[in-house]
Formats: sequence, structure tokens, C-alpha cells
Amino acid sequence: MNNKQVTFRIWRGDATGGKFVDYTTEITEGLVVLDVVHKIQAQQANDLAVRWNCKAGKCGSCSAEVNGMPKLMCMTRMDTLDLSKPITIEPMRAFPLVRDLATDVSWNFRVKTKIKKFNPRKPDCADGTWRMQQEDVDRVQEFRKCIECFLCQDVCHVTRDHHLHDKFIGPRFFVYTAALEMHPLDTEDRLAELKEAHGIGYCNITKCCTKVCPEHITITDNAIIPLKERVVDEFYDPFAWLWKKIRPQG
Amino acid sequence: MATNFETHEFDVLVIGAGGAGLRAAIEASATGVKVGLICKSLLGKAHTVMAEGGMAAAMGNVDDRDNWKVHFADTMRGGQYVNNWRMAELHAKEAPARVHELEAWGAVFDRTKEGKISQRNFGGHRYPRLAHVGDRTGLEMIRTLQDHGIHQGITVFMEYTVVSLLKDAGRVVGVFGYDRERGRFRVFKAKATVLATGGLGRAYSVTSNSWEGTGDGVSLAFHAGAELLDMEFIQFHPTGMIWPPSVRGILVTESVRGEGGVLRNKDGKRFMYDDIPDNYKSQTSTDPEEGWRYTQNDKNAKRPPELLTRDHVARCINREVKAGRGSPHGGVFLDISWIKEKIPNSAEHIKKKLPSMYHQFMQLANLDITKEPMEIGPTTHYAMGGIRVDGETQATNIPGLYAAGECAAGLHGANRLGGNSLSDLIVFGKRAGEYAAKYAKETSVVSVSDAEIEAAYKEATAPFERAAGGSTEGPYQVQYDLQNMMQKNVGIVRLQNEMEEAIDGIQKLKARADKVAVQGHCEYNPGWHTAIDLKHLLTVSEAITLCALERKESRGGHFREDFPDKSPEAAKYNNVVSKATDGSMKLRREAIPPMREDLKQVIEEMK
Repeated sequence: MNNKQVTFRIWRGDATGGKFVDYTTEITEGLVVLDVVHKIQAQQANDLAVRWNCKAGKCGSCSAEVNGMPKLMCMTRMDTLDLSKPITIEPMRAFPLVRDLATDVSWNFRVKTKIKKFNPRKPDCADGTWRMQQEDVDRVQEFRKCIECFLCQDVCHVTRDHHLHDKFIGPRFFVYTAALEMHPLDTEDRLAELKEAHGIGYCNITKCCTKVCPEHITITDNAIIPLKERVVDEFYDPFAWLWKKIRPQG
Repeated sequence: MATNFETHEFDVLVIGAGGAGLRAAIEASATGVKVGLICKSLLGKAHTVMAEGGMAAAMGNVDDRDNWKVHFADTMRGGQYVNNWRMAELHAKEAPARVHELEAWGAVFDRTKEGKISQRNFGGHRYPRLAHVGDRTGLEMIRTLQDHGIHQGITVFMEYTVVSLLKDAGRVVGVFGYDRERGRFRVFKAKATVLATGGLGRAYSVTSNSWEGTGDGVSLAFHAGAELLDMEFIQFHPTGMIWPPSVRGILVTESVRGEGGVLRNKDGKRFMYDDIPDNYKSQTSTDPEEGWRYTQNDKNAKRPPELLTRDHVARCINREVKAGRGSPHGGVFLDISWIKEKIPNSAEHIKKKLPSMYHQFMQLANLDITKEPMEIGPTTHYAMGGIRVDGETQATNIPGLYAAGECAAGLHGANRLGGNSLSDLIVFGKRAGEYAAKYAKETSVVSVSDAEIEAAYKEATAPFERAAGGSTEGPYQVQYDLQNMMQKNVGIVRLQNEMEEAIDGIQKLKARADKVAVQGHCEYNPGWHTAIDLKHLLTVSEAITLCALERKESRGGHFREDFPDKSPEAAKYNNVVSKATDGSMKLRREAIPPMREDLKQVIEEMK
């Protein structure tokens, strides 16, 4: 086993300010970035703040920016990085800093409560159950893979650069809305708020969110674009508008 | 001083936001009471997300011979008959309704051809019984409960740690804790408190549990005077990752075997055929071809021995490794890639059935499971023992205190069947929420004691005082030493003298823990959190070891090399741990109440 020296350049600080601090440590084969952060925490910086939980890419807690790229630290193998240079580890930049690598992601939790909840049609069978075919739920299952790591929220220029957190719910919650809207049992309509309060128009399809998704959800193509199309059909299609006006009611 | 702490007041307070805690909070709030929910992580990150295989519920969607009686008998057989039979009965009867309820709340399970919820095979379950979503069923459960719960008016306190339960006149009246981000202490007054804190795997060095699994609820309950049950029964899951070292312990789902994966030693031999226990012989195939057909849902085929109960499979793996027939890194091989002999496009099939396993090995071990076998070995996974509860209400022996999910004991006896945990969470989480709310409605407002709060505050912040006083040892080394000792001395194979050493060792580690010092301040300080966890880890380790010494037989997750057989006498009792008046831990045996006649008959019928 080849042991190597590496330098981690980790952001240390809180909402009032901070700086990068270099930590040099020795690594063994097969480590991921989070292991090295933990080693530094145990040996050199007991008070280094970092969120983590499952260490297997399933909980989405250890999101950070590794050499400037939004990533899950637990799923970033050291042998994928250039170890000859210091590796920078920064907190997600789209959210307020709590301390070191931990950010205040509570905005995401507030946003979710504003999206209308799942509202199923009446059960299909007398025993209170429904029938759905696998091919009808495949798309929704893709969206439901989301582990809420919020890396897509971090990378999106609408939140990251323009800070439009009040007018825009971000890729994560377009995926969430899409999962509800395309759920075979759901009867709710969420298009009016998608257009207005949830700001889907701000997305200009640069696909950065799709690139950083650790669950490989095709966020832009499968969730956002179909939602944009539904919004267009509902509010901007003159023929659809006319039909809605003149169609027989009841 | 104590009056300065910000105080919150609830009817029902739930500690822990995994499946059981969320389900309890939803149930309680649905009855109209005011509910608070405290969790150590962010909402939706609890260890439930790690559950992969599915939730067991005898819906009979894939095999209509299944019903609650078969599920009940399977659970009791798997638990080797020291289970709380009433819990096993309620669990088997109520699980299907709880699963359907998840669907009504938006869960999207995999489907059968008829459009029903699909069910898969799992170890110890006679028929395909696990409702699932690929191999990410736990995520589906927690997200469904979370997304339903956020519209229920529950007040959630994320990233809070509870340091002690508060009592008044023998009743639990709330908790004292702090927020992990800022380190600000808070008082939570509550008429009823539900513990749903999950597992304690972090007492061991090789575990599938995240940092949260430090046995907080079990320890908090014990120190508040609640009884613990059967702490010796720890489940070592047979298949954890073992290479590279940083991922050692991370779970490899049993569904790999459910989908046809086989275990082999370094000589390529399927060693599970060498040791099939008598009570499973009638249900287990001795023909590999038949075993394969079973995994492909042939109703007339018997299960392959890889799908025997987890305790047994883990010991067989241990035996192969000890006999020198293990893999290069000290485990054995788990191979799903061989099914290319049976299925065209097997790589696509595996990726579809086991997507997160495929990613986990690709990304963490650089190994393609559709082409190569995995290296796996046993990992500390689940505590069957825990807080003693009433089977129907989930009430502990302390008024106002309830427990549900992994931190509670009884349902699983000496060994839990895969898939019975997720269903446990929703069945008994619901019951705990329901009865805690009922209790809260029937009782008056509570008062908390300033002196008690003051004492808890002093204890929690003592590591900083000690640092200022010149103490130097930090918490991490004490934690590592405990984990290594528990792994070595009270692990998968146990011996009297090794466990006696552990009892000694725990006392020495307690003395070190009492002197642990932490630098810095309360704000998001992992060193301090670890110092607080230490007390819980030491408490649960002591309880595990005491119970394991007392049970001089081998049963389920508890295997003693010096007493390798089951003792008929030991089948008649549970171990009960409680706190003596001098603060020490005491142990007594308690007879298992005789099973109802109709249930006895069910077990006879299913033999």
C-alpha cells in the first residue's frame, strides 16, 4: 500500500468571515474525501464542523465543493483527484454559512412546505388500494431517487449568483413538483404557482443541476422542461386558452 | 440560571426522526395534540434512508398463500421464540394497512404485472413479502413520511441533541437538550415523550450504522429509570463491504441474495450448503437449480441456503474466514454476476434491480458487480434488544415515556428478519404516537425542576471545564478503544472470559470518559458531541455485555463459543436490565408470559 502525503485546504470560519487553512496528512489506499476530512478532524482540528451521516451516498448530508465542484464528499474517491496540489474543500456557496463546511440549508425545508402536498384520486378498489403499472411509475421513481443533498440548489446560478431565493424554488423542488405532477394518482394542480411564486421561468436550461446530481437524475430534461411545457400549454397557448373558454362545461 | 433557558412546551414530544419517530409524530398530531419532533441530523437524513431491501407485510400480492399467520410464525421462528409474541402478532396483522397508508401518502412502490405493490423474497420469510422500491426502500419511506408530516403542523427541531430526560414525581415530563449548530441549550416540556432514536451500532468498530447510532434513547431511558430488555441480541449482518478499508461495514443489501446472488469461499465453493439448521431444513433447497428458481419467484421451489436467517449466515461466513477459506481482505465472495448464465442482458437486469448497490461498488470500490463478485463480511447492524415496552401501547415502565422502532425491544426476539424493521417502524411508530397522544390528553400540565436542569447542564458542559482545568485526553481515542474492545470481546463470537475482560474494560473507559476534555466552544463542535455520545455508548455497551454474560447459551444474534447450543431453559426467559438505587446496572431474568393458545396453534400449523 502506498501512503501519500496530501494537503487539504479547508475553509474555516463562520458567517462573520473566515479563511482557508492548510492541513497536511497521510492517506492510504481507497479513501474518499470525507475520510480525509474526518482524519483531520480527529487528529488536527477536533472542532472542524462537517455534516455527514451514512457515508454511502444515500443521505445527502456531506455536500461541499471539492476543488470548486459541488460533490458529496463521501462519494469522491481520493484517486480521482490530483494529489500533487492542495485540494480545496469549501462549504456550499449558495447557502449562508453556519461554520466551516456546514451551511444553513433551512431555506430548502421552508420551500418544500409551500408546495401543495400529494392528493390522490379515490382508491381504485374496494379494499382501498390502487392499481398502477410499472411503466407508469418509472419516471416518478427516477425523481424520487433524490437524496436532498441540495448540490443542484448550490450550483444553480439563479440561487448561487443572483440570490433569488425568494422568487425561485430551485432544481430540487422542480424535481419534487414534477414527481407530484406526474404521479399517476395525484389530482392536484400546481401550474399557477410554478409560473408565478415558484419562478420556473428563471431557469434557462443550462443543465448545471443535472451535471452535479449524484443520483444521476436528468433534472433538466425529464423534470424541468416538461414542467415548463405544461406551464406554457396552460398559460400561453392561445388555442388552448380559447378552447378552455368555449368548451362545454360540466 | 436554569430559568434562563428557552423553553418549549408540547403535548407529545418525539425524539428521533427516522421512520418510527416520523410515524409517531404524524399519528400524534393527527389526533389534534401539539407535537414537537427533535432530531440529531437534518430532517430526512436518519438511518432509515439506509434501509434497502424492503418492508415486510403479508399482503399476498405475489403469492396468495401469504397471510398474517405465516408472517407471525416466520417472525417468531426467526427470533427463536423469545420475542414478545403480542408484538409479533400485531406487527403481522397491521403491517399491510401501514404499507397501503404509505401509498396513500405518495410512496411509489415497484409494481406487479397486475399493477399491485410488488413483493420480494428475503431471508426467513416463507413467501415473497417485502414491498420495495428497487434497493432504496428506506429512502422512499422516510421521504414519504417527511413530505406528509411537514403539512401536519409538527414543530421540527433539526440538529438538536437531547442530553437527559426530565422527571417529576416519577413521570417523564420532557427533555433537556441543545442545538448542534449554535450550542444553545433548550428545555422541552412535554406531557408524553416518545423515544425513537434508532440503533447503537457505533458501540462497535465495524458497523453499518452512521454516527447517529450511539444508543442515545436506550441510555437516556435507562438513566431515567426505564427497563431494558435482551440487550445481548445484536444482529451482525452477514454482508457488509470490507474493502477498501474506509468503507468497511457499509451494508450490502440482502436483496443481492434475494435476486439470486450466491456466497462462495476462496475455493469457489457455495459453503452455505454445508450447514443448514434443523428447524429450516424443510424449507431450504439443497439443489442450486431449485434455489435459483426460488429467487425467480417459482412458487414450488424452496429457498437457497444463502437466504437463511442473518445470524446463521454471518456465523457461516465467520467460520469460512477463520478456517482460512476467506477472500483476500478477510471476508468471502458474494456473486450476482454469475446470473449471466441464466438471464440475457444480465448487466441491465442487475442495474435495474440493485441500482444503489451497483453505484456503491462502482464509486467506492471501483468494482462492477455485474461482472465481478463482491468481497463481503459481517457488520454490526441492528439491536434486537432495547427499551422494554408494552406490546400494545409502546409505553415503558416510566409514566409518560414511550419507545418505538429499533430503540425499543421485543418484536424481533433473538434475531430480526430482514424487512421486519421498516414494517416495525410504521406499525409501532403509529401505536406509540397514538398512545402517547392519548396519555397526553388524559394528563395535566407538567412542571420541570430547575435543579435537575442545572445538573444536566453542568454535566453536558463539563468537558470544557476540564479542558480549562488542564485535562488533555479528547473523546475520540476513548471512543475508538471502546469500539475495538466491543468488536473483539463482545462481537459475533463470545466467550465468558473475554466478556469479563470487557466489563473491566468498560469500567476503566468510564473513568477515562469522566475526564475527557474538549477544546473550543459549544458551537457546532464535533469533539464535544462525541464526548456526550460517550456516556451513551458506555451505557449500552455495559448492558450488552452484562446480558451476554448472563445468557449461557447460543440463540439468534447471541453466539457463545463456550455454550454453542440452545438451552431449552433459556428459551423461557428474557433478560431485564435496570438501574439500581446506587446507580449501578442490575440484571434479572423474567419469565416470558405464556403464549395465547390460538397463536401456539398458528405456530404448530406453520411448522
